Amino acid sequence: MALESEENQGDEMETTAAKNSLSDITAARLQKQPGNSALGVGLEARGVHAWFGEKHALSNVSLDFWPGTVTALIGPSGCGKSTFIRTLNRMHEFIPTAAMAGEVLLNGEDIYAPGVDVTKIRLKVGMVFQKPNPFPSMTIAENVLAGLKLAQLKVENKDDLLEECLERAGLWSEVKDRLNTHGGALSGGQQQRLCIARALAVRPQVLLMDEPCSALDPGSTLRIEETISQLSSTVTIVIVTHNMQQAARVSDYTAFFLSDGGPGQMIEVGSTNEIFSRPKDERTENYVTGRFG
Amino acid sequence: MSTIEKVPTPPPRKPWAPTPIDRAKTAGILAAAIIVSLAVLFVTPLSGKLAFAAVFFVAYLSIDFVVSFAKAGRAAAVDSVFRGLVTTAIAIAVMPIISILVTVWVRGHHGLHWTLFTKDMHSNSFTDPVGQGGLLHAIIGTFLLVFVAMIISVPIGILTALYLTEVRGRFTRPIEFLVQAMSGVPSIVAGLFIYAAILIPFTKTVNGIQGSLALAILMIPTVARTSQEVLKLIPEDLREAGVALGGTQWRSVALVVVPAARSGLITAMILGVARVAGETAPILLLTGGSGTKNYNVFSGSLGSLPNYVWQAFSAGTPESITRAWAGILVLLVIVVILFTAARVLGNRKVGKK
Repeated sequence: MALESEENQGDEMETTAAKNSLSDITAARLQKQPGNSALGVGLEARGVHAWFGEKHALSNVSLDFWPGTVTALIGPSGCGKSTFIRTLNRMHEFIPTAAMAGEVLLNGEDIYAPGVDVTKIRLKVGMVFQKPNPFPSMTIAENVLAGLKLAQLKVENKDDLLEECLERAGLWSEVKDRLNTHGGALSGGQQQRLCIARALAVRPQVLLMDEPCSALDPGSTLRIEETISQLSSTVTIVIVTHNMQQAARVSDYTAFFLSDGGPGQMIEVGSTNEIFSRPKDERTENYVTGRFG
Repeated sequence: MSTIEKVPTPPPRKPWAPTPIDRAKTAGILAAAIIVSLAVLFVTPLSGKLAFAAVFFVAYLSIDFVVSFAKAGRAAAVDSVFRGLVTTAIAIAVMPIISILVTVWVRGHHGLHWTLFTKDMHSNSFTDPVGQGGLLHAIIGTFLLVFVAMIISVPIGILTALYLTEVRGRFTRPIEFLVQAMSGVPSIVAGLFIYAAILIPFTKTVNGIQGSLALAILMIPTVARTSQEVLKLIPEDLREAGVALGGTQWRSVALVVVPAARSGLITAMILGVARVAGETAPILLLTGGSGTKNYNVFSGSLGSLPNYVWQAFSAGTPESITRAWAGILVLLVIVVILFTAARVLGNRKVGKK
């Protein structure tokens, strides 16, 4: 079941993540100091800046993501949330004019260090996009297993992996009879869960979700949110969302981003309860209470 | 309090469809335009079919405008005139094509004979009666020339398009410009280039591969530009999804982008083939026009359909001219078959096997 190339590491990771998750969340919530990295952190951003050409889009963001938790990034459009999560799996550099500064540490090692294999990083830090984007030339089953082909990984039992990933994405019961039909016939919400299953198939340690529900109806959104809750015990999730209720429903931690016309900045981060009930910063309070944005 | 009654489903109607009165009005406008045109031709020195068509065009649009204006005002009148203009434009665009097809059939079908597809011209001359000799050698030659040109140009063309849309290297701009400029190269230039670069210094004789090379030069820009347009339509999201799953760019392109663009790329290939299948100038210079079957593109004079047609017309007798038209007809049919095959292949769903 485990991927051959990362057999031991992957298993270890999962069990540790599962064990740590509860205690971490509790500890962090008790401490109310999510920024404290003493507990050991899977993914840490340290002083991240981002540019598009001359435009400084994101300024000095430091943020830790706890294993097995869901962190929501909220804030008005253009505040750099999406830009930020794209620096976490090196998708930022896909845009020709992009530049960045700072460090992103995955298991303690800088993913921007010279000589790092970018494809390995993206295997560990998966991504789900705003619009559902199943590969049009592939069937449902081929879509789920596409990552194995793309990254040239070997797996012992493809059928098990296929079922497991679709099950974890909450899609198995709906598609198990038509695995060899095209993904395009699915509804938008099903397509998005197919994309989640596809991202899970390469066993990422972290899953980045860039507004995964913004193109979906409320029913599908609810299904995705359930999926996120179920996944969060095994995968670290970072989700960008415009929907504050969604952030409140699914996340353990929330970070509020804002741009005052200049580069986007992270204004405040804390446990989701705290951010929504007792934000420290007035701007956060204005945003979460709906006074602007 | 009312309850919902069960109403029988009404039959489907099209309330927006033209009523008989509307149809009568359209017919009236048409009739009026014809009468006005005839009257204009009668009282003015204008005469002939072309003059009639021109006057009719103006008269129809004006009457249509006036009637629509009276009925529904200025905006509707402009809309109606615009529709008339578009219809006229499409008619003008389609007419020559239909005219060509009809002419080729009318003049070519006399020359059709089963021996066309079973015999070559090695023991006959173009002035022999139809039914003696055939153009099998020319069909074989054209297929070989185009096939080899395709093998050379399709990979180069598609890789060029991939460079322009996927790799986006430093030379993207100049290469894009060159490809566009090359798609306007006259075929005789491609022919002369191969003539000067290969025939004179090296082979010093005609053969098939030289013709294929010249055709490939003409095909590459067509294939590259069409492929580029097709690849541009693939959403950026898919490329990102491929790379985000840990694929290298090459694997993402090969497994995601190219399969998604498959039917468009096949169309690009076919457009390239259609561009060169009837090319004559480079063929005349480079391949010779043997009347005997030749299966070897690398040596010996190679007959081809354009060459057959050109030789037959040059012979100038009624028999040879009928042969020429029959040759054109066969060439047209082959191109149509290629197009249809490509459409079928391109539209076939990948999942169906």
